[in-house]
Amino acid sequence: MKFLVCISNVPDTTTKITFTPDNKEFNKAGVQFVINPWDEYALTRAIELKEAQGSGTVTVLNVGEADTEPNIRKALAIGADDAIRVNAAPKDAWFVAQQIAHYAKEGGYDVILMGKESIDYNGFQVHGMVGELLGIPTVAPAMKLDMSGNTATLEREIEGGKEIVEVNTPFVASCQQPMCEPRIPNMRGIMTARTKPLKVVEPVGEGAATAVAEYALPPKKQGVKLIPAEQAGELIKLLRNEAKVI
Amino acid sequence: MSVLVVVECDKGEVKKSSLEVASYGAQVAQALGTTATAVAVGEATEANLAKLGEQGISKVLFDNEPRLKDFVNGAYTKLIAAAADKEQAKVIVLANSNIGASVGSRLAVRLKASLATNVVELPKIDGGQFTVKRGAFSGKAFADVVLSGERKIIAVKKNSIEALHNGGQTAQVESFSAQLSDADFADAPKQVIMQDQAGGILLPEADKVVSGGRGMKGPENWHLIEDLAKALGAATACSKPVSDVDWRPHHEHVGQTGITVSPNLYIACGISGAIQHLAGVNSSKVIVVINKDPEAPFFKAADYGIVGDVFEVLPKLTQAVKELG
Ligand SMILES: Cc1cc2nc3c(=O)[nH]c(=O)nc-3n(C[C@H](O)[C@H](O)[C@H](O)COP(=O)(O)OP(=O)(O)OC[C@H]3O[C@@H](n4cnc5c(N)ncnc54)[C@H](O)[C@@H]3O)c2cc1C
Ligand SMILES: Cc1cc2nc3c(=O)[nH]c(=O)nc-3n(C[C@H](O)[C@H](O)[C@H](O)COP(=O)(O)OP(=O)(O)OC[C@H]3O[C@@H](n4cnc5c(N)ncnc54)[C@H](O)[C@@H]3O)c2cc1C
Repeated sequence: MKFLVCISNVPDTTTKITFTPDNKEFNKAGVQFVINPWDEYALTRAIELKEAQGSGTVTVLNVGEADTEPNIRKALAIGADDAIRVNAAPKDAWFVAQQIAHYAKEGGYDVILMGKESIDYNGFQVHGMVGELLGIPTVAPAMKLDMSGNTATLEREIEGGKEIVEVNTPFVASCQQPMCEPRIPNMRGIMTARTKPLKVVEPVGEGAATAVAEYALPPKKQGVKLIPAEQAGELIKLLRNEAKVI
Repeated sequence: MSVLVVVECDKGEVKKSSLEVASYGAQVAQALGTTATAVAVGEATEANLAKLGEQGISKVLFDNEPRLKDFVNGAYTKLIAAAADKEQAKVIVLANSNIGASVGSRLAVRLKASLATNVVELPKIDGGQFTVKRGAFSGKAFADVVLSGERKIIAVKKNSIEALHNGGQTAQVESFSAQLSDADFADAPKQVIMQDQAGGILLPEADKVVSGGRGMKGPENWHLIEDLAKALGAATACSKPVSDVDWRPHHEHVGQTGITVSPNLYIACGISGAIQHLAGVNSSKVIVVINKDPEAPFFKAADYGIVGDVFEVLPKLTQAVKELG
């Protein structure tokens, strides 16, 4: 079975977010980029399923410029077999989805796995767009994924519960915990990753459907009002009379 | 031309987040000089749908197909696309929920629309162009996004828009069929398992949340969290390490890698306030922190705080809420 895992290159979870002086772009200076944490679930689960099947391939795909290659190599070190980088800045979800759909179709993948959402742009949308472009089901967000032949059984999280869904290949799923325990690269993986194929291809399709006019940081908090522990009940009065939230 | 809003229903009731979505859509319609039509998904009743008039909806399209009670991405997408065509809707508004955003992203492709998810404010309208403010970088920033497509889809973040209540107004409920076929139900659930919610309050929908961290010491102490939550009518939540060691179920884990909540009140008990935790809660309107360490980073993000032992403070808070009546 051929698995395609889409990975996004995002600022590390501890990054302090700042923007360029005109507030038009994220300030990348000094920022450490990582594989989007949700995408690590997709990658690890694809490798586990391939191992269980005893055959098949796991390809990782990223839409990004050359600076994303260290994280693509990291995905290869974790256990992907080969990689595709679509050589373009990821302008928006629609642009990214067209690239993924095009190269997924070209490669004839059976299972396309993604993360639930990117932690930078928080779109929760690329998976739906890719499913629609390819005319196949998308299951998002999936907490569990098992395969038996060409049929997948997934747990899809809905507000307040989950649905057990069965779909046949090809399909798209977006992954989140507790699907698996994301793997980290070991020494052997890091060595072999260097020689695994990483193909660079050019973007296709239309441009973006949306544009960011300006970024802004949330308004600063006033500062905390402390209530002595002995008078804890006072807090409740403040929440009712001052903050008016209870 | 009208604005189409998608309302999610559960056990006959319109979800709170969908009342917000309906109010959002009605205000956009007013700004555009048109009316707002709703299309209902999930388990709905005509009587409750008619009440959407209070949120400014004039008409509700309702397909009584029983298989639409549960979320099916394929069928919901087709239903809403058909409703959008019937109403010649240029603007579609839905909840930024797992259901809403899943359907919204398929619709964006099918209807060739510009999509913005996680939207927190009404749009600025300039001719055919909308600018919407959306949350980005896991609650650490906002982005103003320009939607220039002829059709626009907006997924509204929960608790960011006040629901309207114009008493007495009713919407006209119209039956509607999207001619769904079996193929549209390819991703229909074999089974639906709903969680036992503490006090019956869904965490993603809750407007008050009481949350516990490692400082609670063990699952046997969670009655302190639950008692306060019950007294307040709040949902319960936890930090990641707490669900990692199974003190609490995974669906209660909030943060960057859990669910994002934006309640009016978030009470953090024995949680240090790591940046990844804050990412899931920092758009809450009022944050209260209870921690025995005055240096805990969470106090920097808090509106109110108590430096103290959760085991002493929590029972006092619960008692004080009960005394409020
Ligand atoms: C600093 C910075 C600023 C950005 N500014 C913008 C912006 O202004 N507007 C904008 O729309 N986008 C912007 N992006 C790009 C953004 O990261 C995405 O690549 C793209 O927009 C899709 O994001 P999303 O949140 O909608 O994806 P989601 O729908 O949340 O992502 C779901 C899944 O899709 C896959 N995926 C997402 N992106 C990629 C990718 N590039 N390559 C391969 N798989 C991917 C992953 O598996 C991911 O888990 C920016 C990125 C960075 C790093
Ligand atoms: C990639 C990544 C993603 C992550 N995602 C998330 C996420 O989504 N959500 C999340 O929560 N975390 C996440 N984390 C983990 C995060 O970094 C923290 O480790 C975690 O939030 C800490 O949980 P905690 O506050 O419960 O525990 P601790 O940090 O151990 O804090 C416990 C607190 O309790 C206080 N305390 C102890 N006893 C008492 C008492 N008797 N009375 C009052 N206070 C007391 C202590 O002073 C301390 O501040 C992530 C980490 C990484 C690396």
